[in-house]
Amino acid sequence: MSRTFELVMPKLAIAPAFVLGFAFIYGFMVWNGVLSVTGSRMLPNYDEFVGLAQYQQLFSMDRWWVALKNLGIFSVLYVGGAMLLGMLLAIFLDQKVRAEGALRTIYLYPMALSFIVTGTAWKWILNPSLGLEKLMHDLGWASFHFDWLVQTETAIYCVVIAGIWQSAGFAMALFLAGLRGIDDSIIKAAQMDGASLPRIYWRIILPILRPVVFSIILVLSHLSIKSFDLVMALTSGGPGYSTDVPATFMYVMSFTRGQIGLGAASATMMLATVAAIVVPYLYSELRAKPHDR
Amino acid sequence: MLKLSKLATAMAMVMAGVGMGISLGAVAGEVEVLHYWTSGGEAKSVAELKKIMQAKGHVWKDFAVAGGGGDNAATVLKSRVVSGNPPAAAQIKGPAIQEWASEGVLANLDPVAKAENWDTLLPKVVADVMKYKGNYVAVPVNVHRVNWMWANAAVLKKAGVAGMPKNWDEFFVAAEKIKKIGLIPVAHGGQNWQDFTTFESVVLGIGGAKFYNDALVKLDPKALSSDTMTKSLETLRKVKSYTDAASPGRDWNLATAMVMQEKAAFQFMGDWAKGEFLAAGKVPGKDFLCAAAPGTANAFTFNVDSFAMFKLKNAADQKAQSDLAATIMGTEFQEVFNLNKGSIPVRLNMNMAKFDDCAKLSAKDFVDTAKTGGLVPSIAHNMAIRSSTEGAIKDAVSQFWNDDNISIADGVKSIVKAAATR
Repeated sequence: MSRTFELVMPKLAIAPAFVLGFAFIYGFMVWNGVLSVTGSRMLPNYDEFVGLAQYQQLFSMDRWWVALKNLGIFSVLYVGGAMLLGMLLAIFLDQKVRAEGALRTIYLYPMALSFIVTGTAWKWILNPSLGLEKLMHDLGWASFHFDWLVQTETAIYCVVIAGIWQSAGFAMALFLAGLRGIDDSIIKAAQMDGASLPRIYWRIILPILRPVVFSIILVLSHLSIKSFDLVMALTSGGPGYSTDVPATFMYVMSFTRGQIGLGAASATMMLATVAAIVVPYLYSELRAKPHDR
Repeated sequence: MLKLSKLATAMAMVMAGVGMGISLGAVAGEVEVLHYWTSGGEAKSVAELKKIMQAKGHVWKDFAVAGGGGDNAATVLKSRVVSGNPPAAAQIKGPAIQEWASEGVLANLDPVAKAENWDTLLPKVVADVMKYKGNYVAVPVNVHRVNWMWANAAVLKKAGVAGMPKNWDEFFVAAEKIKKIGLIPVAHGGQNWQDFTTFESVVLGIGGAKFYNDALVKLDPKALSSDTMTKSLETLRKVKSYTDAASPGRDWNLATAMVMQEKAAFQFMGDWAKGEFLAAGKVPGKDFLCAAAPGTANAFTFNVDSFAMFKLKNAADQKAQSDLAATIMGTEFQEVFNLNKGSIPVRLNMNMAKFDDCAKLSAKDFVDTAKTGGLVPSIAHNMAIRSSTEGAIKDAVSQFWNDDNISIADGVKSIVKAAATR
């Protein structure tokens, strides 16, 4: 009796989580996939099978291409920028500066805010008649000009700025942990060999930090693909639809325009993009450590 | 497997219990009303409805979802209806009423409508919007005129502009004068429906009601790609050059505030803007002026707010629901509500004595244009075409408005393309 109980218990304990996870993650993925091949409009409608027509329409829409282009710009600059800034901050903090704890907290704090707060704050800062530009004008610098937020071509870079501000601290924390984990004797040995400091960082420390870089890329890039709240709070996709990203596109189509089928198709495309990043990573991770299984 | 099915039964019983709890608790006759009237003048108006319903002994359950010109509310409504728990009434308007009715979730209001004689009280264009297959499924609350132009009297005086411009040429002369004294000629909020509200008024002013109907309601490609459309877009771009740089993303009531605070002269906005002026204690004709947008004096773009009623199971709730419908169309509510909201009663032959001059003009034009055919639905406010097409056209217009690098010809092309969206 007790033996069977011992055998069953772990499975029983894990079952609810498994069932819920399965239903609410994979179940909904499948549901979404099904919706994307139907002609669903305001409410789901499974009677009307339309094949890949929704995908065809999706890729014929200018707005979707704008969203894709924005996603490209945003993810590259956001991930790259946050990482670069985070690394610089980490290296500077690692120089045994005074009040390191306080500084670290200050840099890490934006991470504690939600993207909605970040977006709203930066919306005010970047608004030409309210924030930075007005401040400079009031201080007497009349020729100061910074209206990226209201220009169609540059608004997406404002989203990048706000995103980097939010996430650089996170990257910094990871890098700092990585830096602290490096054995001092390696650096001392290099110094004895006469290597300069930049050279030590470039040739020794950064290569050691490779796994950290990899984790940061993974975390930030999936954040960027899902980015929705930041864009909604900062620009709500505007001016026009020039800062639309796939997530906001999906929301608008599914929930305000009564085109659930089309929205589902765009969600499937987002899923495919995330999968394209995550699956190779998981594959390499799992293959590298067969003994863990 | 056995365990699972037992669990499922237990779950079902719990759910049923919860469901019964809700319906038992609602014996008093409860109306849950989903709406998105949350800004100053609007919130006051909805409080009136609540007062009247409570006076009739019903329980009012407020279900307000702010923002997005009703987009957010629609999203919430969908989830409620799909889960089989719709509110008694929800603020739904235009073709969306038909879409909901075709899902089979709306209640038939014909008994109330017959008893109250709605057919004779409503203009036919409006009644048709409220019906699905000949049966009333929604109650109209009010009529908003969208093609208004609001102005700050003091600013016009300061700039030396005599009276409201009657056509677009006069408008640009006035705008130039206002620019000279260092103020913003046009207060605008750069959200796609606001861009489209301005666009609509421009098209109506340049092309007239018939062209408006052909191009924007019937979506005739010939009309859409005509010279009149080219001229409309030229005018639209010129209007944009008189707005301030910080307009993208601004809410409409903030733009109205700019006019109130003498920072800007004009605003193109429906008469809900008047509700904001009134809520701030401004006097029509003295502090602020109203006129039809340039060249649109003989036309009326209507935006009718309405409540669609959902099928309910509980008899007491149904009674409350039909009382709600009768109340909304009643003279008492129509007057009080519209005085607050800035709109005019949808019910014909109402006594307009208590209303201000702007509303009187609006009511007169409403009746007149209904006869001459100048009464046209507002596209910016979801009154005529299905939401996917409308969204696509809004995108095209908004993109044109925001990006000065798009040529007029390309702007026309993208609108024609968008109009073909199904």
